[in-house]
Amino acid sequence: MTLELFLVVAVALFSVGLFGALTQQSIVMLMMGLELMLGGIILAAAALWHYVAPASTDGQVLIVLAVTVMAVEMAIGFAIVTALFRAREVDMTDEAAELKG
Amino acid sequence: MLDDVIFWTLGVLAVAAGGMVFRFDSMARATYSLLLSLLCVGGLAILLGLDYLGVVIVLMMTIEMAIMAVFMVMFMMNPAGLMPMSMLHNKRGGAALCAGVFVLLVVGIVLAPWPERAGRADGDPTMALGQSLMGPHMLTMMTLGFALFTTIVATVVLSTRRGRYDRLGDDLRARHADDPVRGGIGR
Repeated sequence: MTLELFLVVAVALFSVGLFGALTQQSIVMLMMGLELMLGGIILAAAALWHYVAPASTDGQVLIVLAVTVMAVEMAIGFAIVTALFRAREVDMTDEAAELKG
Repeated sequence: MLDDVIFWTLGVLAVAAGGMVFRFDSMARATYSLLLSLLCVGGLAILLGLDYLGVVIVLMMTIEMAIMAVFMVMFMMNPAGLMPMSMLHNKRGGAALCAGVFVLLVVGIVLAPWPERAGRADGDPTMALGQSLMGPHMLTMMTLGFALFTTIVATVVLSTRRGRYDRLGDDLRARHADDPVRGGIGR
């Protein structure tokens, strides 16, 4: 196990998530892509903490930050999807191009 | 040796499960595939010595995906996956862009002069994290707290059927509710 191997796995997760975020039609599926991207960032932060600066807690704080961002993204995303569906019966990214109320 | 086996198993499983999220026809299966991928990320964090954060990731993702499954059923296109379907658009462009990002980042990883490991991990990384969040990183913790509180308020406002402005109408000076159906607060 090396830092590079962990980072390659993290980058693979990030890229797969990016593919989902760019190509998915369903808003909920798009959010799954974002979750995967954040999963990659968490893994990269953990690997950097372990292999570069284990004496510092900065890597761990970054993970706490990323985990919180995951929770916030999901909560706000679902609330927006609910509001959007209530207003226009839309749950697809293509149909949600206009955001005016 | 055992660590290597665990790393390769979890690493390959995380990426493969992540890829399957966008291959399944069923949203329910996609949710559990994403859960598996993120559980592997939690396992890899534990492998790196971050026991507390790894367990937090595992527990949080389990609950998060359980909630996500409910929303999948609410906003489903094909929840049972009984019919083959594509939920993708601009597949070729997206794949090319993501492959480019992957190659670019891997080249960066291989070529970057990574610094030598500086210092040793604290005997109890969880204690060190707690003291850091309550000490030098207090501002980060406070910001996260405010962000979470704001999220709670924003999600309630967004997901309620009728807000303050709906009830009172467009005129913000109105004192009486402009109920679309009689019998509410405006009577």
